[in-house]
Amino acid sequence: MTEFYRQYLSVAVLIGAAALMFGAMLGAGRLLRPNRPQPEKFITYEAGSDPVGGWGQSNVRYYVYALLFVMFDVEAVFIFPWAVNLKSLGVYGLIEMAVFIIVLTLGLVYAWRKGVLRWA
Amino acid sequence: MTRLANPFPGGDPLFNHGLDLTVIGFVIVKTLIVFGLLLVSVLLYIWFMRKVIADMQNRIGPDQAGPFGILQTLADGIKLFFKEHSTPARADRPVYLLAPFVSALAAFLAFAIVPFGGIARLGTHTTFLQLADPPVGVLWLLAMSGIGVYGVMLAGWSSGSKYPLLGSVRASAQVLSYEAAMGLSIVGVLVHTGTLSTRGIVLQQTWQNWHSFVSQWLWLPAIGAFVIFLIAATAETNHPPFDFSEAEEELAGGYHIEYGGIRFAIFYLAEFMNMITMSAIAVTLFLGGPSGPKLGFLNQGGWVNVWIVPVFWFLLKLWVVLYATVWLRASLPRLRYDLLMDLGWKVLIEAAFLWAMVTGVIVVGQDQHWNLWIVTPAAAVAALLVYGFLMMCVPGKRELEDIR
Repeated sequence: MTEFYRQYLSVAVLIGAAALMFGAMLGAGRLLRPNRPQPEKFITYEAGSDPVGGWGQSNVRYYVYALLFVMFDVEAVFIFPWAVNLKSLGVYGLIEMAVFIIVLTLGLVYAWRKGVLRWA
Repeated sequence: MTRLANPFPGGDPLFNHGLDLTVIGFVIVKTLIVFGLLLVSVLLYIWFMRKVIADMQNRIGPDQAGPFGILQTLADGIKLFFKEHSTPARADRPVYLLAPFVSALAAFLAFAIVPFGGIARLGTHTTFLQLADPPVGVLWLLAMSGIGVYGVMLAGWSSGSKYPLLGSVRASAQVLSYEAAMGLSIVGVLVHTGTLSTRGIVLQQTWQNWHSFVSQWLWLPAIGAFVIFLIAATAETNHPPFDFSEAEEELAGGYHIEYGGIRFAIFYLAEFMNMITMSAIAVTLFLGGPSGPKLGFLNQGGWVNVWIVPVFWFLLKLWVVLYATVWLRASLPRLRYDLLMDLGWKVLIEAAFLWAMVTGVIVVGQDQHWNLWIVTPAAAVAALLVYGFLMMCVPGKRELEDIR
């Protein structure tokens, strides 16, 4: 097993231990709390009045933001290695990255012009 | 300005001699200790926050449980263990039960990459005082805060109720937006350090003399990134003035309305763990992490200077940053949601791009011995020109009305 994977093994042990600890907390809550079910307790909360209708709706605008975020998250995959190897890439890397960022910002400007970043 | 090479390029030396039960035992013990510390920090932080805000508002604050009310949070936590909690009938049960778990796990795991001390030796084993040093380093933080969004989103969606859904889409859109800005601000640090590993980043900010405070610690060389990071981290943790995930006025609560008892406590815990983690990451990236002056009157290589002093410096810096977050909470009114999103997308992301490019030019220029007095302003002007041109393509207020 190489060095690389050994570092991740500690991460795996860590995830296991953390999952166990939070599991123990939730499990302890289950053992300790009282349980006296009544039909009213299972009604969803709607500020005191009886709930109306089924599932709620939400503005589609949020999803467009999520899509935009995907674009910027994928771009991070390209920018992070560039930042780490900046010195060895030198001027070539700088120019490449400038072009890349300008193209990326054009995408943002397009979304902006389309009115995606606008509320109400 | 000299930056030292990382003496541990392969990561934590604990794993250098293969993996056996002792090594796994070490990892588990470290996990338990850090979990305990983080839990105690959350309890203390909530008390500290309430007490400081009370002071700023001329109130007394909690003073019943324990001396100065220091046990108040513990009392609240114990109370929540004994609260009855019923799953709403319309909830999607498995997802509903999973959501707090995901939230808390992501919050805790994000802390794993924070170096909170120097190097510890126990018997034949040497290890970092840090839970994990994966090669992806700070990307781990971005990944974990991304998973944390799932906790919020799933909690709101699976409750089968209207207000939690509204709260969760709002909160997750906010967190995602600022995660983009935060990731880009971290680039401003990476161009200086040339490594992703948090241990490597901290080792490059070692304390040599008092001048290190401005030359080695990255808060000044990367001041633009620092400011962007602080704003983005504040929004990312839903901290005032960006606390939109919980809004009693519009949302009757937030994404966790349908949660009660210990499950609510877990969400609450995760939120404050995130706050502490983000502050710790700010300390790591910009304020030198555990580096600081050693105690001169003691043996330089003695256990106090190697073990205790770095941990002390880390905790001191952490609490200074945490105090600043409380100060922020006490003094600023909330933003409006559209202004919040505008700040993230229309200001911070562009600013982070500009900062990354200009520092990139400076770092390459230093490496290749250009005249920085000419190159730096030229790069800044060129970047601003491109930025100005792109912004000219952006519609103004009136044009936006037309698009509508």
